[in-house]
Amino acid sequence: MSVLLIAEHNNKEVKPFTLNAISAASQINEDVHVLVLGSNSDSVAKSISEVPNVKKVIHINNPIYENYLAENYTSVIIKLAENYSHIICSANTFGKNLMPRVAALLDVSQVSDITKVISEDTFLRPIYAGNAFATVKSNDKIKCVTIRPTSFDPAPSSGGSAEIQNSDPADATTLSKFVKKEEIKSDRPELGTARVVVSGGRGMQSGENFKLITAVADKLNAAIGASRAAVDAGYITNDHQVGQTGKVVVPDLYIAVGISGAIQHLAGMKESKVIVAINKDGEAPIFSVADYGLEADLFEALPKFLEELNKLNTIQK
Amino acid sequence: MKILVAVKRVIDYNVQIRVKEDGSGIVTDNVKMSTNPPDDNAIEEAVKIKESGKATEVVAVSVGDEKAQETVRKALAVGADRGILVKTEGIIEPLAVSKVLQKVVEKEKPDLVFMGKQAIDDDCNQTGQMLAALLNWPQATFASKIEVKDKLLLVTREVDEGLETIEVNVPAIVTCDLRLNEPRYASLPNIMKAKKKPIEQINASDLEVDTKPRIEQIKVEEPPKRKAGIKVASVEELVQKLKNEAKVI
Repeated sequence: MSVLLIAEHNNKEVKPFTLNAISAASQINEDVHVLVLGSNSDSVAKSISEVPNVKKVIHINNPIYENYLAENYTSVIIKLAENYSHIICSANTFGKNLMPRVAALLDVSQVSDITKVISEDTFLRPIYAGNAFATVKSNDKIKCVTIRPTSFDPAPSSGGSAEIQNSDPADATTLSKFVKKEEIKSDRPELGTARVVVSGGRGMQSGENFKLITAVADKLNAAIGASRAAVDAGYITNDHQVGQTGKVVVPDLYIAVGISGAIQHLAGMKESKVIVAINKDGEAPIFSVADYGLEADLFEALPKFLEELNKLNTIQK
Repeated sequence: MKILVAVKRVIDYNVQIRVKEDGSGIVTDNVKMSTNPPDDNAIEEAVKIKESGKATEVVAVSVGDEKAQETVRKALAVGADRGILVKTEGIIEPLAVSKVLQKVVEKEKPDLVFMGKQAIDDDCNQTGQMLAALLNWPQATFASKIEVKDKLLLVTREVDEGLETIEVNVPAIVTCDLRLNEPRYASLPNIMKAKKKPIEQINASDLEVDTKPRIEQIKVEEPPKRKAGIKVASVEELVQKLKNEAKVI
């Protein structure tokens, strides 16, 4: 049986994590079909058809799919589900919102946020904010699985030419309505996929002080992250939150500034390749996961750090 | 308007959990337990809506073992009017919880069901969406703002790109984000009063719901340990290490 992957996109472009989900899906079964639900989304269907790991694209183009309403998405996925052994999507806010609704209607116990495919029915997943890992085996006939995107490499995006099959929409929901999305546009790399992330915590003391983080992030071409405390305090918007209930990031370099390192924050960043902590409290738990810890006042250390970076002849991008 | 709030008893968020030596799960004996944090936000929001005059009753429900009664009692101490404990044994998956809650909803007929967006123990993030599916109700997940407008809710949701606003018809399910509100502490007089509020006890086995786990937990392990890092003495040393040793800048 084949795997059905639900694509995440903005009707023009495929969201990068869809490629990570495709690579997880093809570890389960090579026959990966991708469902593109969208409005004026031909370019999305086309670009997914060029992903070599994809064997077929099912494209349903209808104004009702312009925005993600789980109610609309679910009814059409349910109709397709019986032809598939697995239904897959990313465990980000898109997939977390959608998949359980699908699973419940199929009477399936969902496996959330897997970090490894062990076999077609057995998966590894973090529990307790990543402080334990459970190996779980799903015994349902159809398996509904969300994957942690940062645990899988993105699939190559070109070279393939899968068939695109156009299909019909299901009835539009009357239960809910999209009103608006306030998307924060930025020229920076996306937090989830950035090579370098510079994050600030409560120690930043104000939103204004985040300009120190911004300056370093500009220099390193980094995304900007934050602890929950910094977001709660209103220093920065929620889309920057890293942690158990925010985003999970696995950059090559994670620089935690003024972040004490609560379990919930560590859950979102401790798989980063190299971790730097800058904190004036030498006992802060963040130092227990840091490869390089600097016990210092961030208001002195950050400008100095930028100065030292400026002295370097080259900086990796 | 009547609001049902589902609350879960979990290991307290400050506890550093331990994996059992035989790999069968997590040590829960003699460990501090608390209400799942975003469930506190769910209760708070329901109580606030009641205080604003837009709801008439707040009912707290928990699905779990006998001790989950403490979690229901805590909800009563911060303003819920009465409680329901649906007693189960052993592991109960979100699908089964949502089926149990479906039965409770059919009996209680609330207009809204609130709960936290995710439990911090299994980190599944499923129950609210599943319950919405089973009831064929709309779902507003990861809510950071809720406006009650007669038979509609306007809900601001925290999504990866920023904030999204949707409108859902009542009855509806809302799963609450930690930023929805600031949960209040229970005052001593209210804790005392809560002891007199009724908690109805139901056995899940009497609800004709299949709660058997579908997922086999094969083993639970500790995550790989990070190798210990070093402290650097200065910013210069840090930059030099990142450049020449870690080779990341």
